[in-house]
Amino acid sequence: MSNSVRNLSLFALMALLFMTVGFVQSWDVSLTLLNMCIISAIMALGVNIQWGYAGLFNVGTMGFAALGGLAAMLVSVPPVAGAWQAGGAGIFGGLVAALLTVAAGVYAWRRTLHLGRRRYWLTGLVVLLGYVVMRAIIDPAVEAIEAVDVTTSGFLGGLGMPIILSWLVGGLFAAGAAWVVGKISLGLRSDYLAIATLGISEIIIYFLKFEDWLTRGVKNVTGLPRPVPYEVDLKQSPVFQSWAGGLDMSIDTAASITVKLCYAGLFSVVLLVVLYLSEVALRSPWGRMMRAIRDNETAAAAMGKNVTRRHLQVFILGSAVVGVAGAMLTTLDGQFSPPTYQPLRFTFLIWVMVIIGGSGNNWGAVLGGFIIWFFWIEAEPIGLWLMGALTSGMAPDHWLRLHLIESAAHMRLLTMGLVLLLVLRFAPRGLIPEVKR
Amino acid sequence: MSDVLNALVILANFVIVPGLAYGSQLALGALGVTLVYAVLRFSNFAHGETMAIGTMFVILATWGLQSAGIGFGPLPTALLALPVGIFAAIILCLVTDRLVYRYYRRQKASGVIYLIVSVGVMFVYNGLIRFVIGPRDQVFADGQRFIMKAREFKQMTGLNEGLAIKTTQAVTVVTAIVTVAAVFWFLNRTRTGKSMRAFSDNEDLALLSGINPDRVVMIAWIMTAALATIAGTLYGLDKSFKPFVYLQLLLPIFAAAIVGGVGNPIGAIAGGFVIAFSELFVTFAYKRVVTYLAPESMAPDTLVQFLSTDYKFAVSFVILVIVLLVRPTGIFSGKSL
Amino acid sequence: MSFLIGEEMVCGYGGADILHGCTIGVEPGEIAVVVGPNGAGKSTAMKAMFGMLGLREGRVLLQGEDISHLKPQERVLRGMGFVPQTNNVFTSMTVEENLEMGAFIRRDEITDTMQQVFELFPILHDKRAQPAGELSGGQRQQVAVGRALMTQPKILMLDEPTAGVSPIVMDELFDRIIEVAQTGIAILMVEQNAKQALNIADRGYVLVQGRNAYTDTGAALMADPEVRRAFLGG
Repeated sequence: MSNSVRNLSLFALMALLFMTVGFVQSWDVSLTLLNMCIISAIMALGVNIQWGYAGLFNVGTMGFAALGGLAAMLVSVPPVAGAWQAGGAGIFGGLVAALLTVAAGVYAWRRTLHLGRRRYWLTGLVVLLGYVVMRAIIDPAVEAIEAVDVTTSGFLGGLGMPIILSWLVGGLFAAGAAWVVGKISLGLRSDYLAIATLGISEIIIYFLKFEDWLTRGVKNVTGLPRPVPYEVDLKQSPVFQSWAGGLDMSIDTAASITVKLCYAGLFSVVLLVVLYLSEVALRSPWGRMMRAIRDNETAAAAMGKNVTRRHLQVFILGSAVVGVAGAMLTTLDGQFSPPTYQPLRFTFLIWVMVIIGGSGNNWGAVLGGFIIWFFWIEAEPIGLWLMGALTSGMAPDHWLRLHLIESAAHMRLLTMGLVLLLVLRFAPRGLIPEVKR
Repeated sequence: MSDVLNALVILANFVIVPGLAYGSQLALGALGVTLVYAVLRFSNFAHGETMAIGTMFVILATWGLQSAGIGFGPLPTALLALPVGIFAAIILCLVTDRLVYRYYRRQKASGVIYLIVSVGVMFVYNGLIRFVIGPRDQVFADGQRFIMKAREFKQMTGLNEGLAIKTTQAVTVVTAIVTVAAVFWFLNRTRTGKSMRAFSDNEDLALLSGINPDRVVMIAWIMTAALATIAGTLYGLDKSFKPFVYLQLLLPIFAAAIVGGVGNPIGAIAGGFVIAFSELFVTFAYKRVVTYLAPESMAPDTLVQFLSTDYKFAVSFVILVIVLLVRPTGIFSGKSL
Repeated sequence: MSFLIGEEMVCGYGGADILHGCTIGVEPGEIAVVVGPNGAGKSTAMKAMFGMLGLREGRVLLQGEDISHLKPQERVLRGMGFVPQTNNVFTSMTVEENLEMGAFIRRDEITDTMQQVFELFPILHDKRAQPAGELSGGQRQQVAVGRALMTQPKILMLDEPTAGVSPIVMDELFDRIIEVAQTGIAILMVEQNAKQALNIADRGYVLVQGRNAYTDTGAALMADPEVRRAFLGG
């Protein structure tokens, strides 16, 4: 009883913080924050499924989020006919060659058991040959595609479908990548998964950054279609004009706030669905089994549970949720820009969210997502203000003062690191601890 | 004949010499990771940042020496500053252990908790670095730039292609050899070193034999800090000091440690060179080499490159994946110093 | 009053007690053997006497001094040596290094002691540069005993030294243990092979459910028809 009161008041406090920002800064800022907070909360739910339910350490959250972003771009952007003509066939052929190479490699590996050491060389040779063939097919196609309207396009484009579909596709992309990583590294020592996820996320992000034919790379894909109305259209609609006229704000602000509220509505639906499903899963026999495995792997294995399979399952589910959130993030941004995915930094932020919120508790993950994103963004104004206040006694051009104010921005990482270490040490169960069932 | 020589010189200039230097840096880094794993039994995600922060101390000391007008002749001043940096990094690691890791050791926490804690430490270090020296590039190599310039080599041999050896490359290899020799001498010849191996091999029996675990852990941190600082400084001298680059070194270093077999120092060194040379061989453009070797009619019109250099980190990942699939215990299997 | 004695020991893991007031003692130069059915608390008694498990009641006396509160490492310093049942050698280290690590707490010259161990176990001298992990089961047990002897203990405790070795090797190990006892060291061991062990025992303890069931000389226990029927298979 007292627990639920405490939890409710924590969420109420969060609401109060948003209102404060609304009144002090602006409602526009407050809603921007809220939307990002909801996305963070969904990502935190995904990580919580992996860590809280099963004790799996995924260091590659950002890679999976980036795959979601890729999905958003690929689903929504209209196809570039010229590029498809120039190199579509080549890319397709290359993909077929790549698949055949993998198949041939696996076949060679499986069929050469009797060869001993020569088995490694043979398989290697098969894969190498396949790779060379693939490159020979794909390279000219890539060059041709990237030459089509370099300044505005130079990539294949997407499917031109509603972007909201991509939220599912993003989940599928991430799930696929998770399957591969999980297949390789689960069942081995626990840190191998962490290292493998670190690697895959780096590679995904490098891939998105440098494969211009697919993603335009560092040139970014801007102007993704939206699932909600555009401000410009709103402002021109007479209905909206008359409605906004009744409010005590300019029509620009009203339009911007309406758009953000639309996003917030859509995102909240996703958040609630994911939260509901996570809770149901947690309370089901499946959830109980996951906790049993987490708490004592050996005993669970002895009771006939296939630990590695369950881990793979939960790892895929969690990554899929992160992928969905990644697609939503790109939808909200309205652009896909690979260089903004900083693998470790944001991954780490999500981790702090889960641990502060209370690992193993979905509500905790949501709360953690809200709190940490809120303070990550608000830390900058607060930090600057703090540094200004601290050094107000010094001359305005004193080197230490300048250095401190300049470094205020870097304090965020340091603070988050400290917060994580302190919470782990002194309150390892987090703000909303896991309920012992 | 001279075509073959020219081709070889290109390979030496762009792959062998840089590979030896890069491999030494990775080997020293992987040695530190392996040491922490062998004694404290977790994969230290903060190791990359430990390298960076140690290098930062060395850079600060180098600036101090330079402004005092002290140099090291043709060698980089940073070598003189190295002991200062190592000392500072040791203090930092010991303080971190006392404030952070010791608690979890007493709790007998699971490996994955250590992992998360080390990620937290990584970000604290990262924040400290940005706070003290800033996120920008720092070039701190001074002294003579080259031992042998490409032009000198051409004059000497009469070949078309040149072979350049940077001072920092030679310094890297020599320092790495000295350091590795010292580490192995310590582990195999001294009583304390042997007690570390014993502790890593069988903790319970080591306790029964009266080996003090706190002391073993302390020495492990001292060695790790020293190795990280040396590796970081050599890398920084060879390339340049960018705080975030060390984060990216984490993957190749882990890959090197795992390829060799985590916890095995010889494996760590072998793994470092395996990763470094694979990276360079796979991302090297063989066009000019092929041009020398193949008949003129078959001269290639592409770069003849397996993988663009953008993906050099993918190489360590692929090797890691292959090792995990084929032989998860690493080439030199076994968890022991 | 025995040289080493665990008196009325009560202890166990977690909530449940395994020992319910059992007493075990040994004299210098003597071999004491603890036997009994599975789950009788034989190994638990060893751990309790070596301080690896806290006592709830009772005490452990060494030369009349209460050492119940001492940690295992401190008991090593007082002249006690322990050979665990499993994982009792440093597998990646050479035989010589294993012995060296056994003597880690000693600050004086150890070459003489090592020479004595090599005389006792000549095979170890031949294999001294080999990693202990590459040795056969019986040789490993010799390394384990040798490691424990390196501190020149006054009492040597062995937890099932013959577990998993062949009968021939077992006989040889027992011969060595007798030799060790003849140098004046007190030997206390837990054994699964009750008959063979009682054969060499000066003193035997039969434990049943954490209590002393029979205590006598080894020969007397072997002769006792009740003990024979119940514990030695007729």
